[in-house]
Amino acid sequence: MAREILTRLLSSLLVLWLVSVIVFMLTALIPGDPALTILGENATPEQIAEVHAQLGLDQPLVARYFQWLTAVLSGDLGQSLFSSQTVAGAIASRITPTVELILFALVLSLLIGTAVGVISSIRPRSVLDRAIQTLSSVGIAVPNFWLGAMLIAIFSISLAWLPSGDYTAFGDDPQRWARNLTLPVIALAAGGIAEIARQSRASLIDVQEMEFVRTLKAKGLDPVTIKLRHVLRSAMIPVVTVAGLQVNRLFGLSVLIEAVFRIPGIGSLLVSSVFTRDIVMVQGTVLLITCVVIAVNLVVDLSYRWLNPKTV
Amino acid sequence: MFMRSLRAPKEHESPFARFTRRFLSDRLGMSFLVFLLVLIAVGLLAPLISPYDPEAQDLGSAFAPASAAHLLGTDEVGRDYLSRMLHAIRPTLLAGVLATALSLLIGLPTGLAAGYFRGALDTALSRFTDAVMAIPSLLFALALVAILGPGIRTVILAIGVANAPRFFRVARSIALVIRQETYIEASRSLGISHSRILRTHVLPNMASPLIVQISMTIGFSILFEAGLSFLGLGVQAPEASWGSMLRNATAYASENIGLVLWPGLAILVVVLAFNTVGDSVRDSLGREQRKF
Repeated sequence: MAREILTRLLSSLLVLWLVSVIVFMLTALIPGDPALTILGENATPEQIAEVHAQLGLDQPLVARYFQWLTAVLSGDLGQSLFSSQTVAGAIASRITPTVELILFALVLSLLIGTAVGVISSIRPRSVLDRAIQTLSSVGIAVPNFWLGAMLIAIFSISLAWLPSGDYTAFGDDPQRWARNLTLPVIALAAGGIAEIARQSRASLIDVQEMEFVRTLKAKGLDPVTIKLRHVLRSAMIPVVTVAGLQVNRLFGLSVLIEAVFRIPGIGSLLVSSVFTRDIVMVQGTVLLITCVVIAVNLVVDLSYRWLNPKTV
Repeated sequence: MFMRSLRAPKEHESPFARFTRRFLSDRLGMSFLVFLLVLIAVGLLAPLISPYDPEAQDLGSAFAPASAAHLLGTDEVGRDYLSRMLHAIRPTLLAGVLATALSLLIGLPTGLAAGYFRGALDTALSRFTDAVMAIPSLLFALALVAILGPGIRTVILAIGVANAPRFFRVARSIALVIRQETYIEASRSLGISHSRILRTHVLPNMASPLIVQISMTIGFSILFEAGLSFLGLGVQAPEASWGSMLRNATAYASENIGLVLWPGLAILVVVLAFNTVGDSVRDSLGREQRKF
């Protein structure tokens, strides 16, 4: 068991290292002189020299990579090309809203998604099940930023129930914080709810038909107990994989949700950096988020042993 | 019901005939396929059938509500919204299709080679794919746009590269199974070259799962393009896709909700159509697909 955990850990580290290579190589991909591309045609020679120095362009690629990697490993993600901010500092000041958004959306997806899946699986192919299936197909196809814009139009503009955007820190005003986050979390969670509902329904139906469930029924156990204690536990294994993938998806989609609701998170930092072509900032943000995603998926993988009765 | 009994399964039906029978009797999948074909036709004919020039401004009738003259109303500078919606079909679909073609072009040969030759090549390519997939694809695409600059070409390229691992995985897993088959071994022992085996045996066997993946990826790419264009990084004015129309519309949601409603609804239905057609093809494949 310890060996298996070690293997998973090592393969995660390998993927992480490859990600660092890919993210680093992005600067090498810039056609022509990166400094000119970043600064535009009207750059002065001094500006160009400065960007060259900042990107370390006067050195060979491999040397640059190891310098960059050493710095990154010691927590130095570099400095913004256009402001005095460090990348790590900029991310630190923006991370809270994004993490809140993703955490709440994930919890909401898991809770509602699994509940809907359970309801669906009680009577497969019933009218209710079909309605839920149709709704989840729609949920998977819906552009979440559009859903956000529609929620604003309905609940902020027409009904004036909830604010249309912006962010308030929990410490400043807990009530406003909650009101501000409600619509973005719903818009972000919709797709996840649909996907988890679909996955949990499918795997619940699979498990329901297994022999051990029939045995439990024959033993005269209460159907609700069977469902909640035995079926759900086995059925959650594939659902947990999907939840792990959701974290990856949510980090991508939160960029769009932050744009719709004007939330000053990592996503909006990234988008503004893409517009100004602040490559160093983009590199740092993408690398850090991917680290988090890989770490979460590692934890998810290891949680299998706890969920899967076969390994006990 | 009547259709079903008419097309009852026969004793010795070829796999292709069985697939066609099943697919044709799947009403939902068929309706969405027909819808997509009609949409493509409308998109191509948009310049001919649009009631107005999509760029013609009429400031006097800005934010006009839906009426007989303007079925979907007008936007903030009085442009006919229906005409704009129709003209946006082509860029929207084209972005999805081109990005998917690029994903296929990258993912298919690499996946085939990895699954068929195994060994160090497979390990290297698979780990690399894992790494690309670990990066949230929208962020990966954003990073590429940061380097290459905004615009629809970059966006298509970015989406294409970001989605390539989907095809790599499908191609690899199928090649892995097929290479074990006896007839492949037989072909090898007859001295037939690898490239010929890949072309004549392996590739045809993966056609059906690839169709499923292509359909799903087009839908996904359309969502992606809409997102990037919504951020202002994709399709640039005066050209418009449904995504870039949404970017513009959200500022005017309080004036006319239809401006936000229609482009988003259109994206939703098209993505739903591609996903449903993909699902339906997969279901129609049924048993044969698992035989690999």
